[in-house]
Amino acid sequence: MRPAFIDPVFGAQEAFRALMDAMARPGRIQRCDVLPDLPEALAPAAAAALLALTDAETPVWTDATGEARDWIAFHTGAPLVADASKAQFLLATRAMPKLSTLDSGTDETPQDSATLIVQLDALAEGAGWRLTGPGIEHEHRLDAAGLPDDFAAQWAANRKGFPCGVDLVLCTGARLAALPRSTRIEEAG
Amino acid sequence: MSILARASVEDMEARLADTPALPPHRVIRGPEIGLTMLRGRAGGDGAAFNLGEATVTRCSVSLPDGTLGHCWRLGRDRRAAELAAWLDAALQQDALRPALLDAVVEPLREGQAGAAALTARRAAATEVRFATLQAMR
Repeated sequence: MRPAFIDPVFGAQEAFRALMDAMARPGRIQRCDVLPDLPEALAPAAAAALLALTDAETPVWTDATGEARDWIAFHTGAPLVADASKAQFLLATRAMPKLSTLDSGTDETPQDSATLIVQLDALAEGAGWRLTGPGIEHEHRLDAAGLPDDFAAQWAANRKGFPCGVDLVLCTGARLAALPRSTRIEEAG
Repeated sequence: MSILARASVEDMEARLADTPALPPHRVIRGPEIGLTMLRGRAGGDGAAFNLGEATVTRCSVSLPDGTLGHCWRLGRDRRAAELAAWLDAALQQDALRPALLDAVVEPLREGQAGAAALTARRAAATEVRFATLQAMR
């Protein structure tokens, strides 16, 4: 078993700040490197996000196994659920689950929807998708490698149910970017 | 474990002085201080109720081979929590267990049992028997 934040207070604050900035400025990459020693399957940014957001009252779903799964269970104290639709936070270390299968909240409580954290192969600004929507002045370019081929269609369907919908956090290593449900994605043409 | 969770850090260190050195440890979580809710039940069959909150300190450590040791104890003594967690991990090692049980746990258990017996005796001396009420039954 490996440790979590070296300083639990400042570590959690830094992770939360990075997530908040990422959600406020969709698609902009934030750095969050507060976990120097992690199980191999976990990206530092994704693990920090999970530690900052989850506790005993938030069901978590993850496809991580072995040491990584034990690490999440021990340090977050969150109940791990097998059914992705019952989870409030999800961490996909490999292929992400379909957005339509996740909890997107109800019209009365859209804030209860799931947040999906995905570990990707690469994440780069300045090329790829054209992002528009709240938090983006004109447009923002983001390139994410490792998402399913039909991701654009899944995201469009996710946006249709607004204010319900799933929020996405994309992580590579110690970098993360967020796609809140309000962000529009146009594939680069 | 309850013996280690009650023992003071001075007692544990004094008993450890003449045992072989414990394997090096690495802190996994804590030692951190928090609150826990104490729950009570009146008369053994009443509904459970919240009695109040108590300060607890918890710590988890691991040994080089991956053995985990945990400690949750009342109070705010971080050093004691870490030492008790370390001992908890070391006690799971077959090579160390007999020596540690003899040198640390047993003496602490006797000391704590003696202290409890002393308190019980002192309390017993102040017991009042209501002879009149007993006679009426």
